[in-house]
Amino acid sequence: MSDSVLAQALVYLVAAVVFVPLSKRLGLGAVLGYLIAGVTIGPWVFGFVGGEGHSVMHFAEFGVVMMLFIVGLELRPSLLWQLRRPIFGLGGLQVLVTAAVGAGIAIACGIAWKAGVAIGMILAMSSTAIVLASLTERNMLKTNGGQSAFSVLLFQDISVIPILAVFPVLGVVAGNEITDVTKEAGRPGWLSAIFVIGAVGLVVVIGRFLVRPLFRFLAGAQLREAFTAAALLIVVGIAYLMERVGLSPALGTFLAGVVLADSEYRHELETDVEPFKGLLLGLFFISVGAQIDFGLVASKPLQIVGVVLATMVGKLVILHVLGRGFGLDRPARWLLAFALAQIGEFAFVLLSFAVQERIFEPGLADLLTACVAISMVLTPPLFIVLERWVLPLVTDDEADKRPQDEIVDADTPAVIAGYGRFGQMVGRILRANGIPLTILDLDPEMVDVVGRLGIKVYYGDASRIDLLHAAGCANARLFVLAVDDKEQATAIARNVREQFPKLEILARCRDRPHYWELRSLGVQRVFRETFGSAYETGIAALQVLGYRAHTALRLARKWRDHEEHLLEELGEVWGSGDRDSYFARQRNGMEEAERLMRQEDPKVFVSRDAGWDNESLRADPEPTEAATETGS
Amino acid sequence: MRRILIQLAHPVLERSRVNRHLVEAVRDLPNVTINDLYERYPDLGIDVKHEQRLLEDHDAIVFQHPFYWYSVPAILKEWQDLVLEHGWAYGAGGDKLRGKITFNSITAGGPKSAYNADGYNRFPTRTLLLPWEQTAHLCGMRYLGPFAVHGTLKVATHADVHVASDAYRALIEALRDDRIDLERAAKSDDIYHELEVLLRREVA
Repeated sequence: MSDSVLAQALVYLVAAVVFVPLSKRLGLGAVLGYLIAGVTIGPWVFGFVGGEGHSVMHFAEFGVVMMLFIVGLELRPSLLWQLRRPIFGLGGLQVLVTAAVGAGIAIACGIAWKAGVAIGMILAMSSTAIVLASLTERNMLKTNGGQSAFSVLLFQDISVIPILAVFPVLGVVAGNEITDVTKEAGRPGWLSAIFVIGAVGLVVVIGRFLVRPLFRFLAGAQLREAFTAAALLIVVGIAYLMERVGLSPALGTFLAGVVLADSEYRHELETDVEPFKGLLLGLFFISVGAQIDFGLVASKPLQIVGVVLATMVGKLVILHVLGRGFGLDRPARWLLAFALAQIGEFAFVLLSFAVQERIFEPGLADLLTACVAISMVLTPPLFIVLERWVLPLVTDDEADKRPQDEIVDADTPAVIAGYGRFGQMVGRILRANGIPLTILDLDPEMVDVVGRLGIKVYYGDASRIDLLHAAGCANARLFVLAVDDKEQATAIARNVREQFPKLEILARCRDRPHYWELRSLGVQRVFRETFGSAYETGIAALQVLGYRAHTALRLARKWRDHEEHLLEELGEVWGSGDRDSYFARQRNGMEEAERLMRQEDPKVFVSRDAGWDNESLRADPEPTEAATETGS
Repeated sequence: MRRILIQLAHPVLERSRVNRHLVEAVRDLPNVTINDLYERYPDLGIDVKHEQRLLEDHDAIVFQHPFYWYSVPAILKEWQDLVLEHGWAYGAGGDKLRGKITFNSITAGGPKSAYNADGYNRFPTRTLLLPWEQTAHLCGMRYLGPFAVHGTLKVATHADVHVASDAYRALIEALRDDRIDLERAAKSDDIYHELEVLLRREVA
């Protein structure tokens, strides 16, 4: 509505600030928040932004370029090499099969075969922006399924190049109009190929040999902004170069990122580009939301719903089947299928290109554009469905497939539940002393890995009472509760307390509320999982700052005694539910500790550990022989 | 009736040949508190306040320990250095231990015959314990001769250990019930071997 840049920025920012946190609070995720914000400010709700949405989107697409740069930074070449099978195998098949099926259906619906083929290829694309952002947001990118999804997206990015090259051939008037950047200046095909290879080589050379000296030079100048500018320059420059030779800018910057992944400036680059990426990507999502032509949707609801549903279900099925073929386990398969079911932002580019090439009518392109946007908006909800309902279902199933181990006649003095990093340490100390253990764990991978060390770990859910009996809890003297899942630990503690009241539990807890929870269940000794190492670090810290080792140890011990006392007290306040007095007591406790330590501080040395102190002896009015006896 | 505190200091009690049995012989006695220092402070981090409270709550303090290098195990020295504070145990205002009875209950590897001018340990046991005697003196305590079980390296039979632990139990009971000749015990070189005499007077 307003053509002032400031007013526009205001609209976008307000929408982002209002909707994104709201959406996160509701558990819908940031990406969906942006999309909803876009719909809201778009022409069909408030109409704050109108026709210019398209150009904003074009600008914001640069966020995707930056995102791939950052993704590349986190992907060392060796890791990329490891992914070659999913990238070319899974990714290649996904594009081919989806394009073929899409084209077949389109042609069957009466669309000309050339247009059908183009539609098939367009539908094969998924949204790198939404998928990667959603996966990162949910910490799923590093999982098996996440890596597969990423590999497929990467291949799609690569395949845009040949697709763009093929489109003119499919056009009604093939080759007449100069629209393709690769054909700009009428370069013949072989020359384009040389340009492409040259550009890729140039990116590698820049990343390898130019960036490091440049950054060293800038580091010498000590200019924070110069670093940021240089980071942006690298991204923008490579994107420009790629566009000139007709490659996807996102692919180019991704490549640059990979080349720089080993460099010592990796973190620097990442932190510099990150905020720009976040903002631009957000802007991109908003513009996708704002782009949905609800007028068109209202006029052809059935057609649009049909195309969206058919496409997404079709892609989902194809991905699922391919995932199975590539040996993904069930949760990974479902993640892959749900994640990539939408049509991606490349479709926008390809659609407008297809219209330029007169492959099909603008009307059809508009319809498909609406479908693409809607499918993208549907992706975050799909992730929610996946996370809340599908994954628990298939994951449980997975766990059930492995039957819980039969424990025959376990009769050891000690039972350890949870044999991860924590439980293993405890277990090793006991085993080193020749104490037989019965070990339970619910992570099949852990069971196998530890099993390879020759240690028998029983696979099973330690919160089950029959399993506790089988593990010999009735005769054991010690139960080490070391599972890392809070709820599970609590459930186990409750059952052990109820079923075997005499069995002594040593429990690991995750945090303070967990500590109090376990204590309230009657677990006498609860250990905060990071306390021990933090405590030792604190002692070392005092030493580094000049305290003698033994003094540092005694001071830390004093503090620990106070801290443990305070922890119990705080537990009561926490239990009362009054958060204000909780924090008040906590502040108060910290001041207490400071006072206590100051007394103890050898530099101030008032009176503690006076047995080692002769200050008071010197002041003693009696001439006592003790002064020489116990002196310094 | 006296309340007796036994300050037990044995770093490997589970491997001890005699000390363990001595403790067991008196563990169930009313008005006797056993404070197992190595169990309570495995890292020698002594709780001074707690220890002082214990001392204040008892009338007789027994230091029970192996006679390592003619002296006490490390924790007992640490305990001594930290707990017996100036102004609390001795010096101006330091009267909290005044009048309390104390002695060392020790087990020594060598035979009793080694602990004299002619033996290879050259000094009587009590002489070697002079630092403890003087500490007690400075704190205004009544120091008795040691309850010393010698030759623990040779103690092979259960019978020997039984004799010692029965004697120990009798001594602690008598001390608690004030049936012991304190004057004489204060001069004794070894209240274990003079136990008959020390207790007889009361019984008679």
